[in-house]
Amino acid sequence: MLKVIHKNRKLQLLLGFIIGIIFGFLLQKGGVTSYDVIIGQLLLKDFTVVKIILSAILVGMIGIYVLKSLKLIRLHPKAGSFGSTIPGGLIFGVGFALLGYCPGTVAGAAGQGWLDALFGGVPGIIFGAGLFAAFYPGLKKNILDKGEFGDVTFPQLLKINPWAVTAPVAVFIIGLLFLIERSGL
Amino acid sequence: MEWLTAWQWSPYIVGGAIGVLSWISFIISDKPIGCSTAFSRTSGMIEKIFRKERVNKKQYYQKFEPVIDWEWMLVLGIVIGSFISAKLSGGFKFAFVPSLWQDTVGNNSLVRLSVAFIGGIAMGFGARWAGGCTSGHGISGTMQLAVSSWIAAISIFAGGILTALFLFNFIF
Repeated sequence: MLKVIHKNRKLQLLLGFIIGIIFGFLLQKGGVTSYDVIIGQLLLKDFTVVKIILSAILVGMIGIYVLKSLKLIRLHPKAGSFGSTIPGGLIFGVGFALLGYCPGTVAGAAGQGWLDALFGGVPGIIFGAGLFAAFYPGLKKNILDKGEFGDVTFPQLLKINPWAVTAPVAVFIIGLLFLIERSGL
Repeated sequence: MEWLTAWQWSPYIVGGAIGVLSWISFIISDKPIGCSTAFSRTSGMIEKIFRKERVNKKQYYQKFEPVIDWEWMLVLGIVIGSFISAKLSGGFKFAFVPSLWQDTVGNNSLVRLSVAFIGGIAMGFGARWAGGCTSGHGISGTMQLAVSSWIAAISIFAGGILTALFLFNFIF
């Protein structure tokens, strides 16, 4: 039943669109389609972004590992390497601080009327992605595959039961959120 | 229905709901939520207007075909969803310069637009270099406990925090 739905390309385009509408609605209601909120986080003054991300990870992680153990879903962890994941993330971070939106929230910011997102951020990201495509063959040969660790998850890496990882991660997230609230951020 | 017109929701409600939305996405679409490949595909589609079929020969566009796919529709949906939310709360308005920027840098739209564009270039380049963004790695990947995504999320925030602190303390 689910496999039939997954293979229906047109239906999937519609489902992607609906999930996007809900996601965009949530991002806007969360306040993270705002430059001020995102930069406030990067300046460590406003912890809205971290609160949203950590609670999404907490709820998402528990549900996803339950669904996986019920064999209702498959995981799709991304492959990584030290040559791609770290420098890529750092370059992204530089852009994050200059732009004040990310690829998802820039779309949401455009939707709520932010023209710096629509006419600056969106074309910039498209141009940057195009630039990467142009440099890809050289980067791939020289750096992207350095120190590969594949599409591994922490339970696979540590060779332990997934719940032995999800439980401490959940405790860690709740503790961190508690600390953030206690310090009045 | 006051909650629909509220200006802002608790970050915990929003985060929790994004978590639940991720379960749904895995179940009905067999996909984690992500955004940045949509921008790659778009760059390929634009390049195709000028360079036609030669674009398909590019190694990167063989990996991420320049076509409208699930994730592309998701990003389009974000625009609509945010528009609906902002319209309901009365938060929709056209503007170029965010207030924090105005207070520190000034109200010149062109300056803001240029820096946003340059930041966007670094972001698009970095997102594809790292193989994901704040949603694909930062939320969807970390919740699957993917090793690559935890490293990417830490790198993204390390780069972002250091750059923002530098910009706002020494440049702006």
